[in-house]
Amino acid sequence: MSAIILFSAVSLAQLMLAAAMAIASVRMFRGPRAQDRIIGLDTLYINAMLLLVTFGIGTGRVIYFEAALVMGMLGFVATVALAKFLMRGEVIE
Amino acid sequence: MMQSAADMPVWAAIAVAFFLLVGSGLALIGAIGFLRLPTFYERIHAPTLGTSWGIGGIMLASMIFFTVSSGRLVFHEILIGIFVTVTTPITFMLLARAALHRDRAEGNGNVPDKPNRSQPAREFLGESDPRRG
Repeated sequence: MSAIILFSAVSLAQLMLAAAMAIASVRMFRGPRAQDRIIGLDTLYINAMLLLVTFGIGTGRVIYFEAALVMGMLGFVATVALAKFLMRGEVIE
Repeated sequence: MMQSAADMPVWAAIAVAFFLLVGSGLALIGAIGFLRLPTFYERIHAPTLGTSWGIGGIMLASMIFFTVSSGRLVFHEILIGIFVTVTTPITFMLLARAALHRDRAEGNGNVPDKPNRSQPAREFLGESDPRRG
C-alpha cells in the first residue's frame, strides 16, 4: 500500500518537475533579454536540484542529497556572477 | 538500518506524498507563471514560488522519508533549504537592479527615474556622485 502511494507520488512529482524544467528552458532560449535568460537558468537549476532530491526519495539513497547541495551552491555563484556581469559590463561601456 | 519503502507505515507514506506533490506543484506553477507573465519585473516574482515552498515541501518530504525509513532523526536536507532561502533574494535583487540599470541606460520601458538624493543620503547608501558618474 505505502509502496504504491510513494511510487505514484514520486513519479508524478518527477513528471511535474521535468515539465517545470522544460518550461524554464523555453524561456531561457526564447527570453527577449539577457536578464530573462539568466532567471531561466536559475529556475532550471533549482528545478534540477529538486528533481535530484525527488530521485533520492525514489531510490532511497542519500548520495543524491550531496549532488543537490553541490548543484545549489554552484548555481548560486553562477547566477551572482552573471548578474554582476550584466551590471558592470554596461557601466564600463 | 534502511528498510524498503513497502515496510513504511501508511501515514508516513501519505505525508511524504503530500509534501512531494505540494512542492513539485508549486515549482511547476512558478515555472508556468515565469513563462506567461508579460514584463520582466512581473516575471521575476514567479520562480520564487518554487524556491520558497517548492524547496520547503520537497525537503520536508525527504526529511520525513529518511527519518522514518532509517529509524533515526535525519535532517541534513535543511541545509539546502536554508541555503536556497538565503541566496535566492540576493540573486533576484542583484538581477532586478541590473535590469533596472539597463532599462534606464537604454531609456526603454516605463521604469522609474533614478531618485534625486541629497549628498548625505548618497553617502549613507554608498552610491557614487552623479556628477562624476
